[in-house]
Amino acid sequence: MINSLKALQTRLSPPLLALLLAIILYFIGGILAPGFVNVEQAINIVRLAAFLGIIAAGQTLIIISGSEGIDLSAGAVVTLGAILAFRISNGQDSMVIPGLLVALAAGASIGFSNGLGITLFGIPPLVMTLGMTGVVAGTIRAVTRGELEGGTPPIMGKLISAPLVAGLPGVIFLWLLIGFGMWLLLERTAYGKQLFAIGINRTTARLSGVRVQLVVLATYTLGGLLAALGGFILLAFSQTVFLNLGQPYLFPSIAAVVVGGTVLAGGQGSYWGTMSGALVLTLLQSLLRALQIEEALQLIVLGSTLVVLISFYGRERKLRQ
Amino acid sequence: MNQSSLQSFLRRNPYLFTLLLLVVAIFFNFQFQDNLFEANVVNRNMRVLLPTMLLTVGQAIVIIGGGIDLSVGTMVSMINAILVTRILPDSTSSEIALGFFLACGTGILAGMFNGLCVAYLRLQPVVTTYATSFVFSGIALAILPRPAGQIPRPLTDFYRNPQLGIPTAVYIIILLLIFWVLLRSTRYGQFLFATGSKANAAYTTGVPVVRIRFSTYVWSGLFAAFAAIALTLLSGSGDPRLGDDMTLPTIVAVVLGGTRLSGGQGGIAGPLMGVAILTVIGNIISFANIDSWYQDLVNALIIIIALAGPGIVRLIRRLIGR
Repeated sequence: MINSLKALQTRLSPPLLALLLAIILYFIGGILAPGFVNVEQAINIVRLAAFLGIIAAGQTLIIISGSEGIDLSAGAVVTLGAILAFRISNGQDSMVIPGLLVALAAGASIGFSNGLGITLFGIPPLVMTLGMTGVVAGTIRAVTRGELEGGTPPIMGKLISAPLVAGLPGVIFLWLLIGFGMWLLLERTAYGKQLFAIGINRTTARLSGVRVQLVVLATYTLGGLLAALGGFILLAFSQTVFLNLGQPYLFPSIAAVVVGGTVLAGGQGSYWGTMSGALVLTLLQSLLRALQIEEALQLIVLGSTLVVLISFYGRERKLRQ
Repeated sequence: MNQSSLQSFLRRNPYLFTLLLLVVAIFFNFQFQDNLFEANVVNRNMRVLLPTMLLTVGQAIVIIGGGIDLSVGTMVSMINAILVTRILPDSTSSEIALGFFLACGTGILAGMFNGLCVAYLRLQPVVTTYATSFVFSGIALAILPRPAGQIPRPLTDFYRNPQLGIPTAVYIIILLLIFWVLLRSTRYGQFLFATGSKANAAYTTGVPVVRIRFSTYVWSGLFAAFAAIALTLLSGSGDPRLGDDMTLPTIVAVVLGGTRLSGGQGGIAGPLMGVAILTVIGNIISFANIDSWYQDLVNALIIIIALAGPGIVRLIRRLIGR
């Protein structure tokens, strides 16, 4: 049994395994909760997974960059991106693009600051991005004084969260597009090669001519930009903003990356794994909700399932290697 | 003292920067709050500090051993729920003792579960302890669905009031420091540092790396139980979310205390000062008449500057040296 499991594990890549698991979960849902398996529900789950997946895109890059790379500020940046788009567009379709651009610029500059703190001042990513969370949330509080005025342009809802083509909402196509872009970035560009190189070993990467600090800086900047994009897209779905909008997506975004087979130590992973991971996590949460079990039990089941998922392929190398 | 020996002195005592930071922070706090050194204000600050300090000791041990524990906060919530459902206003002293015993036992068990996953199953610590934090949070909610409970007055008074004119927390901090000095000098202590700095090398030289890693999480669970007891005596009641927000400050405190997150280095004196710094910064902000909408921002900025401190010093030295 264990041997055949091992064989299965080597034949199936983690992303594929996660995808299989998502399908299995979906059918378990169909058996346990009548009405769980139907087209509408399936589209809804993919739509929810798309938000998580897009927010987790930057997280994937940062985790691949290694050296304890992680972005705990992603949740706050998501909130910021949504609030900026909300305020600047003020509900007008003509102002969507400026709103998006400002949100992206803000996200990128926060990511850049994270990168500066990490590369220039040597602050560990975990605490740097945690501190940045406080700065971003604090700035939002200070500037808005709790009054979040603005509006969501109707066009955003139409293009992103409402059915667009063949009953599928635009966010799904957008997600596929981002997935393709991430694949190009990771597998077909010099940046991608360098990112994996610094994730495996920064010293050897530096010795072979990679400008490590620059790649790290670019990665955190890109991470901030993608998180802000996630916020913009989330706004189309939520239609409104609040101070805590993005925070619930933070740890799921990390979990999605790990469940998708990207190694937290860096240097190994893929975005398509993260996409499968986002699907698995969203399915799991929807399933627990559909079963209508009480919150306490939901948390316990979610936590234990995560542990089981991680133990399936999130294991670290054995000692003596 | 010439520069190179000053440098090596600083390297041997990484918490000196923390101490400096603490002194500066207390100085500013005193500027805004002139009764800071009055006995009852000191006592009030100390009893608020202690729960986070206890939790940070466990976190520091895990981090020195090369891991991290994101579940400490929810462990506190879970154990708080157990304490307030076990200890009622009319409990006898044996029932109270049983409650404390159960609290410590739960902490150790929760820590063993984390340790099992991280050390024996070799699961990645960040996501694993994040996942187990859901489990502990769920258990807390199952035991105590909503804030409730009342701890007997004599117990809370014992914690809240000074003993022999000295805050109760001070005795416990002294005990913690003695505990750490003893632990560090044992073979276990050496193994702990070896595991955290170079696990593979330690393994080949015969250090029981897996068992040491496991034990760090057990310590963390036990200290979470101590923190939960202190926090429960401080608040006098129960809340299934009481400790949830305590996790991240413990990590910031450890880093502020000069302990690297990569493990194998540091101690607990620095992280304890780190907790004090965070609290004093909070004090300064609330007494400095800062517009309440700006308080979070100022707090976060000060913390980032404090974290960047050693890096800025290093950078300036490099620029001058060039």
